[in-house]
Amino acid sequence: MKRRTGSLVFGGVVILGVFAYLAWGAVGSNVVYFLTPGELLARTPEARGVAVRLGGMVEQGSVRWDAERRELRFRLQDGTHAVEVLSVGAPPQMFAEGMGAVVEGVFTDGVFRSHNVMVKHSNEYRAPQAGEQPAEYYRQLFRTQSR
Amino acid sequence: MTRFVGQLAILLALATSAAGALLAFAAARGARSLFPARRAAGALLALVALAVLAMEYALLRHDFSVQYVTQVGSLETPVFYTIISLWSALEGSILLWALILAVYTAALAQWQRRQPDAGVATGGGYTLGTLFVVNVFFLLLLAWPANPFGLVSPAPMNGPGPNPLLQNHPFMGVHPPLLYLGYVGLAVPFAFAMGALFSGQLGPAWPRAIRRWTLVPWGFLSLGIVAGAWWSYEVLGWGGYWAWDPVENASFMPWLTATAFLHSVMVAERREMLKTWTLSLVIATFLLTLLGTFLTRSGVIASVHAFTQSLIGPFFLAFFGVTLLVALGLLAARAETLRAPAQLDSPLARESAFLANNLLFVAFTFVVLLGTMYPLIAEAARGVKVSVGAPYFNRMNVPLALALVLLSGLGPALPWRRGSPRAVLAKLRWPAVGAVVVGIVCAAVGVRAFGAWITIVLAAMAVGLLVEETIGPARARARAHGEHPFAAVRGSVLANPRRYGGYIAHFGVLVAAVGIAVSASYRREREWTLRPGQSAVYGRYAIQLDSVWALEEPHRDAVIAGVHAFRDGQPLARLYPRLNYYRNSNQPIATPAVREGAEDLYLVLSAYAEDGSTATVKAIITPLVTWIWCGGIILAAGVVFALVPARVARR
Repeated sequence: MKRRTGSLVFGGVVILGVFAYLAWGAVGSNVVYFLTPGELLARTPEARGVAVRLGGMVEQGSVRWDAERRELRFRLQDGTHAVEVLSVGAPPQMFAEGMGAVVEGVFTDGVFRSHNVMVKHSNEYRAPQAGEQPAEYYRQLFRTQSR
Repeated sequence: MTRFVGQLAILLALATSAAGALLAFAAARGARSLFPARRAAGALLALVALAVLAMEYALLRHDFSVQYVTQVGSLETPVFYTIISLWSALEGSILLWALILAVYTAALAQWQRRQPDAGVATGGGYTLGTLFVVNVFFLLLLAWPANPFGLVSPAPMNGPGPNPLLQNHPFMGVHPPLLYLGYVGLAVPFAFAMGALFSGQLGPAWPRAIRRWTLVPWGFLSLGIVAGAWWSYEVLGWGGYWAWDPVENASFMPWLTATAFLHSVMVAERREMLKTWTLSLVIATFLLTLLGTFLTRSGVIASVHAFTQSLIGPFFLAFFGVTLLVALGLLAARAETLRAPAQLDSPLARESAFLANNLLFVAFTFVVLLGTMYPLIAEAARGVKVSVGAPYFNRMNVPLALALVLLSGLGPALPWRRGSPRAVLAKLRWPAVGAVVVGIVCAAVGVRAFGAWITIVLAAMAVGLLVEETIGPARARARAHGEHPFAAVRGSVLANPRRYGGYIAHFGVLVAAVGIAVSASYRREREWTLRPGQSAVYGRYAIQLDSVWALEEPHRDAVIAGVHAFRDGQPLARLYPRLNYYRNSNQPIATPAVREGAEDLYLVLSAYAEDGSTATVKAIITPLVTWIWCGGIILAAGVVFALVPARVARR
C-alpha cells in the first residue's frame, strides 16, 4: 500500500524532472540579449544572425527616411561605437536624432536589420526633468492649424 | 491633519492586528473565547478603512504635504482618475492591499462566529491568528518602508499626476481592485492551511472550508487577469493582450497553483488522499503571491508595471523565507497525520484525471516561474542582460494547455475510484464523432493553422463531454420522475450547483482557449501613411482618413485621426485612434480605436505630419479576441453559480 503511493510520487517527480530539464534547455535557447553597439561589435561572431535588442542613442545627422520604399536608416551609438540600423516602416512619433532608442532585430553583414524600433524610455516611469518640453512636438500641429 | 489621522490609523491598525494575532493564538491554545480576537478583526477593518479614507481625502483635496499625493496627484487630473490614483503607485497600492486583507479578515471572523463548529474544526484561533500575522506584515510596510503619509515640506503647489498609462483608460478603475481582491484573498486559504497544520485538525472539515474560501478569491483573480488582458489590449496599442511580462506572470502563477488546488482538494475531500500535496499547493499559492510582489515591486526585474524601487524588497524576501520555513516545518511535523488511508484504485478514474491535471498545472507554473526568474539568474551568474521572449513561453506552455483543454472534458466524464474501459469508451463515442465533424468543417472553411485547428477540435471534444455529462443525469431523472426533459436538466443542474458551476467554469476556459488560439494564429496587420480623403484597402476592409486634428484637454493634449472604416464595401464604423500627450510624460501614449466583433478591427495612430497633411495609421485585424473576454465572464458566472444557489437552498 505504501509502496504504491511511493511509486506514484516517484513517477510524478521523474516526469517533472524531465520536464524541468526540457524547460531549462528551452529558456536558454530563447533568450534575447540586450546589448549596446560596443558590446554587439565585440561579440560579432557569436551575435551574428541571433535576435538581439540593441540600445543606444540615435546619432545626429544619421537618419535617412526613404518614403518610397518605406525604409528607415540611422546609426545607433553608445559614445564610442556605432551600428548601422535598417528598418522597414514609419518611425514612431517621438523618434528623433539624439534620442535614446531600442531596436529589436538581427545583425548581419554589418547592418542591423530591425523589425521593431522603440523610442527609449526607461522602464522606470519618470516625470520629465526641467528643460524637457514634452508638449513641444504636438504644439507645432496647433500652430500650423491655427495659421 | 489628514496626514496625522492616516498615520495614526495605520499605527493603531498595526497594534490591533498584532494584538489580534496574540489573542487568537492564545484562544486556540487555551481553548478560551475567540471573542476578543474577532472584535480586533472588526476594529482592524475600521482603522484601515479610516486610513484609506484619509488618503482619498488628501488626494481629492490635493493636499501636497502628503508624500503620496505629491507623487501621483495633480490639480489637472480628472476626479475619477484622482480617486483611483490610490493604486497607481507603490505605497497606495499596498494601502489598498491592506484594506482588502482587513475585509477578508473581518469576513473570516464573522464566518467563525456564525459557524462556530466549522470554525473550530478548521483551526479556529490558529487560522484567524495566521491571517492577523499577514496583516501585521503589510501594516508594517505601510508604517515604515512604504509609508504613504510621509510629510513633504514645503508642500509643492502641484504634482505630476499618475503615470500616464494608468490614467488613459477608465478600466484602470476596475482591473486593479479585481486583481487585488483575488491576489490578496489567497491569504485566506493559506491561513486555513496553517490553521489545520497548527491545530492538527486534519479531518474532513478543512477541505470543504478552504475550497469555498479559495473559490471567491480565485474567481476575482480570474476576472482580474482577464480584465488586465483587456486593459492592455485597449490601452497599450500593440494589438496584443498578453506579453508574458513579469507582472502578468506574477498574477498568473498563483492562479495556476490555486486552480490545481481547487481540483486536488476534491480528491482530499472525497477520498482523504493527497492531503499533504493539497496543503502544499495552498501554501505555494500564497508564497507565489509574495514572490511575485517581491519580483515586481522591489525593482529587481524591470517591467511595464514596475513602480519605483523601494526598500520593501528585503521585507518581502524575509517574510517569504520565514513563511516557507514555518510551512515546511509544520508539514514535516504533521506528516504522520496527513498519511492517506485510501489508495488509488485504478488509473481509469476521476482521481487520476485530477492527478494529471495537477501535474500539468505544476509544470505550467514551473515554466512561467523559470521564464520570469531567468533574467535574474543570467545576470547574477553570467553578468549578461537578457529577456526571455514569448517563444519560450509559448513553445513550452502550448502543449500543456492543449492537454488541459482535453482534460477539462475528460476528467468530469470519468467515474470516481474505478472506471470500466467499456463505459468510458461509450461516453467518448459521440463527443469524438462531434469533434471529428468540427475538425472537418473547420478545415473545409479554411482554418488551416495547426495550433488553432487542434485547439478547436479538442475544445469541441471537451464541450461534447460536458454536454453529455449534463444530459446523462437529466435523462435518468426524466425517466425516474417522468419530467419534461428541460425541467429535468434544470432540476439536476440546480440540485448540484457545485458540479455544474464547475462545468460552466470549464466551458468558459474552453471558450477563452479557442479565442486565444485563433487570435494568435490569424492576426494580421498593415500600416499606411494617408492624406486626408485618401483611403486604403486591406482584404475585406477599407479605411479612409478624414482629417487629423489636435485637441486640448485639462490634463492632456491629443492628436486625433478621424477614420471611416468599411467592410465589404459597407460602412462599418467611424473610429478615432489618437495619441495622447500627458504633461508628465516625454512620450505620447497611443490610444487605439477598436471596433469589436467576430473579427476586431484595431486602429492605431502611429505618426502624423506636424502640419496635419498626413497620418500613419496601423490596422490590426484579429478574429475571436472577444471570445477571451466572454470566456472570462462565463468562468466567473460558473464560480457564482457554484457558490450562490447552495447558500440560497440552505436558507
